[in-house]
Amino acid sequence: MSHQTAQDAQTRTGAVVQFTSVLKRYGTHLALTEFDLTLHAGELVALLGPSGSGKTTALRVLAGLESPDDGSIVINGEDVSALPTSRRDMGMVFQSYSLFPHLSAGENVEFGLRMRRVPAAERRSRAADALALVGLDAHYDRYAHQLSGGQQQRVALARALVTRPRVLLLDEPLSALDAKVRVQLREEIRRIQTELGITTLFVTHDQDEALAVADRVAVMRDGRIEQVGTPEELYTRPATAFIADFVGLSNRMPGRVRHGFADVHGVTLPLVDPSHPDGPARVFVRPEDLALEPLTPDALPGGLPGTVLLSSFLGSLRRTSVALAAGSTVVLQHDVRVHPQTGDTVLVRFSGAPVPVETAIDPTPAPTGAPPTVVPEPISR
Amino acid sequence: MSRDATVAHAPHRLVRGVILGGVGLIFAVPILAMLEFTLRRGLAGGYDVARWAALFQNGLTGEYRPVLVALGNSVGLAVGTVLIVLVLLVPTMLLVHIRFPRLRRLLEIICILPISIPAIVLVVGLAPVFSVVAKLLGSGVWSLAFAYGITVLPFAYRAIQANLDGVDVRTLSEAARTLGAGWGSVLLRVLVPNLRRGILAGAFIAVAVVLGEFTIASLLNRVNLQTALVVVSKNDPYSAVILSLLALFVAFLLLLLIGRLGAERRPGPRRATHTDPPGRRGPGIAPNLTPTPSLTPSAIPSGDRP
Repeated sequence: MSHQTAQDAQTRTGAVVQFTSVLKRYGTHLALTEFDLTLHAGELVALLGPSGSGKTTALRVLAGLESPDDGSIVINGEDVSALPTSRRDMGMVFQSYSLFPHLSAGENVEFGLRMRRVPAAERRSRAADALALVGLDAHYDRYAHQLSGGQQQRVALARALVTRPRVLLLDEPLSALDAKVRVQLREEIRRIQTELGITTLFVTHDQDEALAVADRVAVMRDGRIEQVGTPEELYTRPATAFIADFVGLSNRMPGRVRHGFADVHGVTLPLVDPSHPDGPARVFVRPEDLALEPLTPDALPGGLPGTVLLSSFLGSLRRTSVALAAGSTVVLQHDVRVHPQTGDTVLVRFSGAPVPVETAIDPTPAPTGAPPTVVPEPISR
Repeated sequence: MSRDATVAHAPHRLVRGVILGGVGLIFAVPILAMLEFTLRRGLAGGYDVARWAALFQNGLTGEYRPVLVALGNSVGLAVGTVLIVLVLLVPTMLLVHIRFPRLRRLLEIICILPISIPAIVLVVGLAPVFSVVAKLLGSGVWSLAFAYGITVLPFAYRAIQANLDGVDVRTLSEAARTLGAGWGSVLLRVLVPNLRRGILAGAFIAVAVVLGEFTIASLLNRVNLQTALVVVSKNDPYSAVILSLLALFVAFLLLLLIGRLGAERRPGPRRATHTDPPGRRGPGIAPNLTPTPSLTPSAIPSGDRP
């Protein structure tokens, strides 16, 4: 299989795609607004967002299946906004199974080459190579209904890649598949994409998928990009509360912002955005940024006492929810070898990682009484 | 074809037999009665083939020549009507389906409308229109195709729509476009092959309806097969029935032929390599089961034959 992939890889290095203040309206609804995004050559960018956030619209605008109301789309310096879909030179894999039912897998893959008037012999050998790339060279003569969902999407991927397009567009290609195939295929997509060095836009609503596969992730909300960054950046330094909430699990805790720090139940935490205005706020804390320790008289200060509500075994880790004596309930993740029992009294400690906050609408009463306790040692990042 | 036999709740073999037999009987009895009628020797009883022989000895010329001409007219009209369905209805339906889904209800209502209007009312409305058409384009029989195009609409629409609902036309056309296909290629290479059954079914019904049409032709004073048969039956009922039987037979053959042409191409020449059990089917692909075969022969003997 490797010789074909190597041969394909040398054909084209990725294109640079640039969205500039793209606007798309459906009636009065703004599906995309001030949409700016640059895909570097050979990069896989995931567009992540809840349904209705405009991620599919952005992809369809790039494919030419929707026309933008404003803004421009430039590929390798050429404005393609006015180009019809058929001449944009893109490969696309759809969410729903989109193989032509009247053609065999091989004929499906050949379709794009046929449209480009490639001679029959070359067409057949290139289609066979593309099917080999996705591991389905033995299925050339099968029809769509004779293939499983995962195989159909592989053929669709081969069909999208065989023309050596400038850009690969993936519109939730895995969402119709079951969990195991989904993980397998997303890794395969990543492998092939890296081998071919093709610039790829991957639309998904599944954060695991986006974080696992993408070079960069753009999180969308209400038709605009909320934050673009590497998966690590998004996860550890979410720019907004929405992202903290949407990407990964977060505990929402009541607190108060004061002089660039968040105060949660008397514990002071650094802020992701130190310029956040003072006042009551909701603070987002990752489950893995909380640690559990037994409540002993000689414990270091800075922990919050609480009672274990539930602890569940998740295979590689354990997730425990604790009702804090101070009022809120938090979920934390820890080593499986620690197994707290329901009703245990424990101490919850913050790792001190910077937290994103959101201004709270109903002000929670500021913690009174004892002045802020010791700031936990911030862990260097 | 064996692929489509794996529908989950197929009726029991016996039930199928009873239904098929019952329906077959309903269609067979009148036809057999017609045959019996043409074989009667006279009031005394007994059977022979004298009337058939006489008809063929005269070579279907002379006296019955108008029937042949009328048959030609009817076949021509059938072709014209099918063309109207293919050139006008199919692209319109696809366009509405893909680009203007909100117009779907409207299109459906318009297409179903003719079935609720009696032919006689239609003619009253069409008469002044046809007087204009006659002035502009001449009063050839072929102009009836316009009227038949309308009467055929409900049947053709239903047949095509049933197929359209089972195919994800939108995604398929988008996939084809991203692969570099222009609208022409999308239509001819992707959509039409996948809608072939519906389109064929629509065409069958169009042919059947046109071959059996009497009212409009008669009231607009055009000659088609049915009006000619009525004329013949006025002086020789036996010959009229024999000719009707022949017309039925020819139409039957025609439909079988078209059905054959349409049904057998899909699995392709490399069929032998398929080893997969047919039960495993991707969830998104609906088997396009269109009620093609049952529609074809039945429509002919019905209609408004006198």
